[in-house]
Amino acid sequence: MTDTLIPPAVPPAAAAPLFEGRGLTCIRGDRVVFTDLSFSLAPGQALLLLGPNGSGKSSLLRLMAGLLHPARGDVLWDDESIFSDREGHGARARYIGHQDAIKPVLTVRENIAFWVRQWQPERSAAQADAQVEAAVARFEMARLLDVPGKMLSAGQKRRTNLSRLFAAPAPLWLLDEPTTALDRASVAVLEQAIAAHRAAGGMVVLSTHIDVALPGAQEFHMDRFAPRNRYDWDDETDGAED
Amino acid sequence: MAAFLAIIRRDLRLALRQGSDSLMVVMFFVLTVVLFPFGVGPETGVLERIAAGVLWVTALLASMLSLDRLFQADYEDGSLDLITLSPVPLSLLVMGKVAAHWLTTGLPLLLAAPVLAVLLHLNQDGFLILIVAMLLGTPTLSLIGAVGAALVLGARRGGVLLSLLVLPLYIPVLVFGVSAVDAAVMGFEVRAQLLVLSAMLLSALALCPWAAASALRQAVE
Repeated sequence: MTDTLIPPAVPPAAAAPLFEGRGLTCIRGDRVVFTDLSFSLAPGQALLLLGPNGSGKSSLLRLMAGLLHPARGDVLWDDESIFSDREGHGARARYIGHQDAIKPVLTVRENIAFWVRQWQPERSAAQADAQVEAAVARFEMARLLDVPGKMLSAGQKRRTNLSRLFAAPAPLWLLDEPTTALDRASVAVLEQAIAAHRAAGGMVVLSTHIDVALPGAQEFHMDRFAPRNRYDWDDETDGAED
Repeated sequence: MAAFLAIIRRDLRLALRQGSDSLMVVMFFVLTVVLFPFGVGPETGVLERIAAGVLWVTALLASMLSLDRLFQADYEDGSLDLITLSPVPLSLLVMGKVAAHWLTTGLPLLLAAPVLAVLLHLNQDGFLILIVAMLLGTPTLSLIGAVGAALVLGARRGGVLLSLLVLPLYIPVLVFGVSAVDAAVMGFEVRAQLLVLSAMLLSALALCPWAAASALRQAVE
């Protein structure tokens, strides 16, 4: 295989694709998690990652966030590699991982306000605080604003974590099983939020085990990208970095 | 800049609410120094001779105690992923975390040092220089330590590994810190030692946040 562009597995929509992955190969330890995966996401589109445990959903999301380096291929935003402008990508992507990153001794308000200050340092403290209050209100967490993180249940922690998406808006949402520990009402809130985000031109990549309503989303079954056998990639590792 | 201050404020708040870490560091410093008069005997001459060395060595060990917590908590709860994905340069955020670490450990050590110097009969001429040298030296310790702390993230027995990595790098600070105090006690010029300590601080300030940031990116992979 040469290094020429691999056509995206899913044909791009009419709008110019903004967020792309080309010929991605991911290696964790000595295991090839997936090979030759390409995706393309335009404003308003969503990508749903499905597949059994260990099929690479989380790895792909971490690649998209820029936490992991692909062994081959590249992730691009508007034709520019996200690894060449990490801070720029940090400003436009919001990553929600398995862990909630809630500090037990800080209150819900302090927990979220810190990230708003990171993402929007130009805002004043009062503005940031107003954004935090508006964000937690969407998940009906307003009465828990001054409760320390250690008093929250798993579902409340997850809702606090997801509130970060609203506190400082960004075009690209990367959600790794965001519905874990959420009740049905909160899943519905999340679905509405994703729909509103897409209607406003945002992009969403979401991995899940349960049904999440994402009308018109592209679906990736991750096992399709699993290497056929583990020696498949042996002659292709020359271009590997890391 | 606002993001830099925000991370300092957050880490200070965490340290204040959890409390134990910086108190533990100062207590360790005090207790270890107090052991020396018991160990080597209370003769003024002996204590006076070793005072500078004892204070510096114990300060090194004490400041290392809390290092493994510098990034560990953020690493475990997923905050580190988000910190590395911040739109703010990672090295700036590392510097913020190091500043908070110094304020919660280095600064208390600096305040405790003169009191302990009295206990060890350090000559009065050495007091001021001891404080100035520690003011220049302890931030260097925190900066070098941050690189070690970032490198051992995710390793089992990280604390032991960390001391093996970091202690050798602390030696130059120790050498010039002790020699500054000794020179002051003996009435010599201390300018050279203080300048070398400042130079070490400035180079650590330039290199360590960058090195620690690269190590953190490796750790979250």
